[in-house]
Amino acid sequence: MSARLLVDAAGPGVTIQDQGRFGLSRYGVTPAGPMDVGAYLAATRAASADSAIEVSLGGAAFRAEGATLCVAIAGGDFDIRLDGRILPAACLFPLAPEARLILRAGASGAWCYVAIGGTLDLAPILGSRATHGRSGLGPKPLAAGDALPLAEAAPPPLEPLALTAPWLASSDAPLRLLLGPQDDYFAPQEIEAFLNVRWRIGARSDRMAYRLEGPAIRHLRGHDIVSDGVAMGAIQIPGDGAPLALMADRQPTGGYPKIATVIGADLARLAQLRPGQDLSFCAVDWSEAVAARRDYFAAIEAGPKREPLSAEVTTESLLAENLVGGVVNAKD
Amino acid sequence: MEYETPRFLDCGEAALSVEFGDSVDPAINGRVLALDERLRASAPAGLRETTPTYRALFLRYEPLEISRDALKAAIEGLLRPGEQAPASRPAVRWTIPCCYDAEFAEDIGEAAGLLGRSAQSLAQLHASADYRAYMYGFAPGWCYLGGLSDALAIPRRTSPRGLTPRGATLIGGALSLIAANPMPTGWYVIGRTPERMFALDRDPPFLIAPGDAVRFEPIDPETFRMLDARALAGETVARRETLE
Repeated sequence: MSARLLVDAAGPGVTIQDQGRFGLSRYGVTPAGPMDVGAYLAATRAASADSAIEVSLGGAAFRAEGATLCVAIAGGDFDIRLDGRILPAACLFPLAPEARLILRAGASGAWCYVAIGGTLDLAPILGSRATHGRSGLGPKPLAAGDALPLAEAAPPPLEPLALTAPWLASSDAPLRLLLGPQDDYFAPQEIEAFLNVRWRIGARSDRMAYRLEGPAIRHLRGHDIVSDGVAMGAIQIPGDGAPLALMADRQPTGGYPKIATVIGADLARLAQLRPGQDLSFCAVDWSEAVAARRDYFAAIEAGPKREPLSAEVTTESLLAENLVGGVVNAKD
Repeated sequence: MEYETPRFLDCGEAALSVEFGDSVDPAINGRVLALDERLRASAPAGLRETTPTYRALFLRYEPLEISRDALKAAIEGLLRPGEQAPASRPAVRWTIPCCYDAEFAEDIGEAAGLLGRSAQSLAQLHASADYRAYMYGFAPGWCYLGGLSDALAIPRRTSPRGLTPRGATLIGGALSLIAANPMPTGWYVIGRTPERMFALDRDPPFLIAPGDAVRFEPIDPETFRMLDARALAGETVARRETLE
């Protein structure tokens, strides 16, 4: 029997993502791709996978069929159980047939990536296997009963390993951004206010955009611009003054002024915030943004450290770790 | 209005918008498309993708491979000040069959009412204009057209209508639009084309290029059904001609 991954359960918004569908933005095609590129790369590289399942706060459950699969997980601090055994939030392990893998939202984080070593037997659409729900490009969001066949399965590790990747750590530090491209649509005191406020992620946030709740930001000269291109992390201020941070499934172009753009090295931290969580911003210049980008991708390039799990990973030891994490994430 | 010199606007550290003006104008769009063409012909290392829009070229680049200043210098070397932008004159014209019959034009009565004219005169005015495909946006194959008669300029809805039919022809603001896949929109559906603006199994999947000229040819419901069947079988039912 050929190897397959069976989906036993999937919350809303569990999708297949690869790096994204690039090169066709001139025809209105959104790249999609992972919300948290750093976590996606950690998982896919650890498992030698060409794509990953992006699991949302709704969680998911999987089983292997036909072979023992090589599975890596990385992302937010999700609760991960393999046949009831608690695994660290970033890990690499063999998934034997009939073993149950269950992911649930944990202490923090909004997305996590399940990478299956090898190649999924899924035809790329316009060069990519990424799901873009809004346009219907790519595979449908996963649902209970789905089966993902593998064209090729990578060899699994002998035993579960913990992945340590410093870029996955959550932090309370302000998200860094570059002002523009349309910061000249706002008075200096509005920009000042935007940078000094603590924002809250709104409930109606998804892969397309995160709503930022706080005071309305007023435009200096109208809220209509002639539509232009939109980068991931752009913060658009529509007519009602409530900022929208545009994420992986954003429209390729937009007609509202964009006051600022979150830098590449901090996009993952933005993406991993949950509705109800607070955040703040600080402005940096291009050179600082590029220096942060260099450090971020150099760490990812070096790869996560793999460490054997101590045989006695217990609820207690994980709770102890979570206590430390709980201090960092005190506002959850 | 076209700027004397283009503006370079950071969109984060890995994207740059080169803005040539602040309006929807064929000459400004011509500058955008001319730069796009040159950058595609000789892309500097580190440039990942260009996206032409009405008045600006959006560039995605890898700043760890090319600095913003080096990218700006490369672009400035490609811009020839004062030149007549060649791409402002379309090289290709598409004739798009379009059915304005109420059966296929769900909102034509509503739009005509708001514009204080008959559905028939709205259709006539829409089909008699020459359009320019400025850009794609919103969703795959959604092609934005300038050249709409001032008499058909209509404020967009304050809240979106339901899903558009596939191939919907729409008006909104001072623009027209041909849509591909069904989506909710604040525009008015005033016709429908049997042509597939976007077909995954066709090479190329998209027909019209930014900068192309577009005309509409009114067809009756019977012709729509006949052309729709042919389009479904993979035939291109829009006509393409090369302009001098």
